[in-house]
Amino acid sequence: MIDIVLLAFLVGVAVAIVYMKDLLAVVMLTGIYSLLSASFFVAMDSVDVAFTEAAVGAGISTLLMLVAITMTGRSEHPERHKPLLALAVVIVTGSLLIYGTLDMPYFGSAEAPIHQHVAPRYINDSMQEIGVPNIVTSVLASYRAFDTFGEVVVIFTAGIGVLALLSVVRRTEDSSKIESFNTSMHEQHLILRVVIKMLIPFILLFAFYVQFHGDFGPGGGFQAGVIFASAIFLYAMLFGMNTTRRVINQSVIKFLAAFGVLLYGSVGVVSLLNGKNFFDYSALSSDPVAGQHLGILLIELGVGLTVASVMVIIFFNFVGRRDISQMKEKKDI
Amino acid sequence: MLMGLYNYWVVVVLMMIGFYIVIAHGNLIKKIVGLTIFQTSVFIFYISMSKVDGGTAPILADGINQYSNPLPHVLILTAIVVGIATTAVGLALAVRIKEAYGSIEEDEIQKMDNLDC
Amino acid sequence: MDTILQVSSALFLLIGSFLCLSGGVGILRFPDFYTRMHAVGVTETLATTMILIGLILHNPSFMVDLKLLIILLMTLFISPTASHALANAAIHEDMAKQTNSKLNSEATSSKS
Repeated sequence: MIDIVLLAFLVGVAVAIVYMKDLLAVVMLTGIYSLLSASFFVAMDSVDVAFTEAAVGAGISTLLMLVAITMTGRSEHPERHKPLLALAVVIVTGSLLIYGTLDMPYFGSAEAPIHQHVAPRYINDSMQEIGVPNIVTSVLASYRAFDTFGEVVVIFTAGIGVLALLSVVRRTEDSSKIESFNTSMHEQHLILRVVIKMLIPFILLFAFYVQFHGDFGPGGGFQAGVIFASAIFLYAMLFGMNTTRRVINQSVIKFLAAFGVLLYGSVGVVSLLNGKNFFDYSALSSDPVAGQHLGILLIELGVGLTVASVMVIIFFNFVGRRDISQMKEKKDI
Repeated sequence: MLMGLYNYWVVVVLMMIGFYIVIAHGNLIKKIVGLTIFQTSVFIFYISMSKVDGGTAPILADGINQYSNPLPHVLILTAIVVGIATTAVGLALAVRIKEAYGSIEEDEIQKMDNLDC
Repeated sequence: MDTILQVSSALFLLIGSFLCLSGGVGILRFPDFYTRMHAVGVTETLATTMILIGLILHNPSFMVDLKLLIILLMTLFISPTASHALANAAIHEDMAKQTNSKLNSEATSSKS
């Protein structure tokens, strides 16, 4: 019942996004869309996925789009012609896809082919072979560790891509000019400063809890990295970029991003050097289950480091680009 | 049959709404939003497939004998994080296009490109 | 004892849902930004508190109750701060617009 209602809301929000012309409203509606889909994932018993979607989709994605809008403009030009061809293509594709779903197994049936082949082996053997209660973590970090390695490298590449596109060389006279309008901004926000100073340690503590508790409940490296990065974003938004750059050194963050990927890869290489397969954690210790625990701990640490650092790199570069372009505009005026 | 396949039809509707936004709207940021809607609808598709009636979250605990399928959860976890990575690079490209051309509407950028060559 | 807990948890959940609904109606019907902000800011915090108290009363396990209590404490900190941030931003935007329009009108009056 609850998933039917949530899906109906999702369709309503998506239709509203089509019609809105104000991009700020569109970004807010996208945040609502992500949050509704995270609630839908909870109703579908996928708690890890719901956690990640709420943290990444409703948090980071909305924030990055908002920063992009402040640089590119807030409203969309109205269409000058009716897009009838696009509508026709969409309707034809949609009806073909619905025709394709007609012989799928019904929603929730336990005899569907998806539940027959590999999944029972993971559910039944995960406790003896790996000893970790959260089956999603054991599949992600041990059975399918190679795919997760590819994912970490993709995040790292995205960080490099944003660095290549948006990084600006900062001269010291630029940073002193920006400092003046950064500090004047936060003198008027006394309540926010006090409350956020109290809350940031708890957010960081929660990030560490999610990182290390990922074996026993929903959590793991990705969610922990995103929560850690969002604590730093909160600090940066309130206290100004210059203070944050002094607290979080840019070169240390870039090193940590690369170090996370290196840590992940070296766990696999150590397994190779000990005579077993790549990412076979039973080579890391004399007892295979203890080796699995050690391997999962190390790679989740690598994942958390890389994700947190790359999110911080992306945010710093977006905001740094915006500061420089606004400063250039003020110089022209 | 409506109740059995309702989830998948709603997924197709959401996918087509996202597809329509990508091909019919000219603003680059709106296209990226449409792509996000499309991606999330695919996630909903996979996660609906993984649900088993009477099952619970795939975390081993005493007294539970029916779990939902954990394999699509792993795939979608990877997909969500890759999606945010590509969205970040896409937004960075949109910012650079705005700086180079002065506009992020697709037809104005096309006009400026045609004037150049 | 059991039925008292169940009935009171149901009562708190109902009150929380009604407050959420009334906050939503307030957003749609109030005329101005600040009145809408007031409607949502007050009812949202109270509704979340009521729903969380209803869930705490409903659940027998201690660990889950402890986690829900921590979530309640965090909500009482974060939700009013978020409403304050929004209203603060709106006030400063309005005051900046008013000073700009005053400067513009003084400039035009000094010219003429």
